[in-house]
Amino acid sequence: MLTVVFDAYARRSFPQAIQGTDEPLPLFYDEVHPVITDEAKAGRVWKALEKKLSKDALSCLTVSYLSELPELDLHLFRYICKNIDSPVSLENNLADDDILFVTNTFRKVLYERLRMMQFIRFQKAADGTYFGIMEPQYNVLPLAIAHFKDRFADQPFVLYDKRRHYGYYYDQHEVTQVTFDESLPHFVTGKLDESLMADDEKLFQELWRTYFKAVCIRDRLNPRKQRKDMPVRYWKYLTEKNK
Amino acid sequence: MIHNDVTNLYSSAAMTEETLKKLKILTESAKYDVSCSSSGTVRSNTRGGLGNTVGGIGICHSFADDGRCISLLKTMLTNSCMYDCAYCINRRSNDIPRATFSVRELVELTIEFYRRNYIEGLFLSSGVVRNPDYTMERLVAVVKDLRTIHRFNGYIHLKSIPGASRELVNEAGKYADRMSVNIEIPNECSLKLLAPEKDFKSVYEPMAYIQQQTLASKEERKLFRHAPRFVPAGQSTQMIVGATPDHDRDILRLSSALYARPTMRRVYYSGYIHVNTYDTRLPMLKQPPLVRENRLYQADWLLRFYQFKVDEIVDDANPDLDLEIDPKLAWALRHPEVFPVDINKAPYELILRVPGIGVKSATLIVNSRRFNRINSSHLKKMGVVMKKAKYFITCGELMSPTVNELRPENVRRLLTPSTSKRRDDHQLQLPLFHD
Repeated sequence: MLTVVFDAYARRSFPQAIQGTDEPLPLFYDEVHPVITDEAKAGRVWKALEKKLSKDALSCLTVSYLSELPELDLHLFRYICKNIDSPVSLENNLADDDILFVTNTFRKVLYERLRMMQFIRFQKAADGTYFGIMEPQYNVLPLAIAHFKDRFADQPFVLYDKRRHYGYYYDQHEVTQVTFDESLPHFVTGKLDESLMADDEKLFQELWRTYFKAVCIRDRLNPRKQRKDMPVRYWKYLTEKNK
Repeated sequence: MIHNDVTNLYSSAAMTEETLKKLKILTESAKYDVSCSSSGTVRSNTRGGLGNTVGGIGICHSFADDGRCISLLKTMLTNSCMYDCAYCINRRSNDIPRATFSVRELVELTIEFYRRNYIEGLFLSSGVVRNPDYTMERLVAVVKDLRTIHRFNGYIHLKSIPGASRELVNEAGKYADRMSVNIEIPNECSLKLLAPEKDFKSVYEPMAYIQQQTLASKEERKLFRHAPRFVPAGQSTQMIVGATPDHDRDILRLSSALYARPTMRRVYYSGYIHVNTYDTRLPMLKQPPLVRENRLYQADWLLRFYQFKVDEIVDDANPDLDLEIDPKLAWALRHPEVFPVDINKAPYELILRVPGIGVKSATLIVNSRRFNRINSSHLKKMGVVMKKAKYFITCGELMSPTVNELRPENVRRLLTPSTSKRRDDHQLQLPLFHD
């Protein structure tokens, strides 16, 4: 993306659309300029941005990129250009469509990161590894991993993003990126088979379900609020919502 | 192999079917306590330890079928109690199943739930058995075990048992993130009637003591960076709403006074649920007063985040909150002279007073208007509820009649949802006390 900005300024022509190489071209177009990521060019653009934007705005750029939304690219491009052209930082000008869009996307990605911290459920396998799987909307695993590494420093765990087919394995020392064969039954259902579970895993799952049921006050049932705060798309991998 | 057998023995010894029953009983006894927040402390993990706390807004790990968040393992050490408070499910004269956790069971439950990312930590309270000190001692034993033996760095919220000795409160405060003493009834006479063994002194004394210790520890940490923290996430308390004839005015005045104290972080409001149907000192409610509870929380937010004074929200002329409209809109309709507010010029404090504009959108407006004039389409994109706000603002081209042109009572009618959908919440106005 940063190379795109560099090339646009070098060529003095600004794009109408930005696409991945695998996407089909639009029906009408004048010119296609292929961009190959170049560390040096990208570095220069980033340096220019560092001079102008606050730390928060810089992380807003990198984090919103993890949303992987196709429509983000052009907004992000214009966000960067507008700030380069302007004498002062425009990061707070939310009346601007591009800046509003990128900032809102940034918020959504951070919110999804929180959702991952909330709704990941670990199951303890027989070898002592804790196994957690999820399908987050955005690519938030890289943002969330530091939290889990700090919190569960003394337990080996696997965190897997099934939608993007990769995960992290933590061996009590460091984190490594991993991919698995997803035809294994616990990747399909998200549940460890009983033969793979640690001895007490089933009991604790049962205890948690019991707790979940017991803590609800029946006079105040409010399924709408439950769905609002814990959307149904996360239920598939929640221990308390599955038998 | 021998090693394996030993671990099996250990797990089966601590955790059994019996634990499952106990967990059910004790959770059902603890669930009427509203507090569940896990915010207020930022603490990273320590070497070889388990867990951290994130501060900020905390993390809710699940939401029960009643829509309430589950952040902590909220349970009790025991639900046997020597007191007989009329509003409490665990009162002495109730015939309910009673159970008691062992320290080891509670510790293991917390640790194992935490490791599976079910919870942020432990919320522990207890019925009072034998005497307050005996009970408090056992509570302290649980949190001390968690912190020192298991090096647990997650969140711990501990209820302070009224009447427990200062030494024990001191000890507990070293390990807990937050401690709370519940007021329950906002008026001392009603409290004495419903809970003859309690009075305000038994509530305020420990509250004041915890505050004093917290402030002392803060001072000490300015001098010595590694001095121990004392209840770093502050205190909270809870009031039951709708069990006594107290007005919202009394409740909110008390909350406002509590928030003026430096360590009081949250006051929770708990719509009264008729758990002890036989007790004639309490009102018969068909359903808990959820709308009123919601309005109280809205008012609480106005106090904490919107720079409102309690007398602006409720006063002697309006002792109760309006159930039909939210307290901020109600204030705006009582004060049409303040409006319309010019979005492009008015100070932040005034923009915050506009119904339909929250803290987030007010900040966005003030930040953005330095660059260009804000119009109504900008406002919409920033998340302002224009349906409400349009009667109270001017911003360039916006052609909507203001509250002064329409008269407040007409705006009120426009913004009130149709009556057919509203729940009957008026049982509350029945005379409750005959003497």
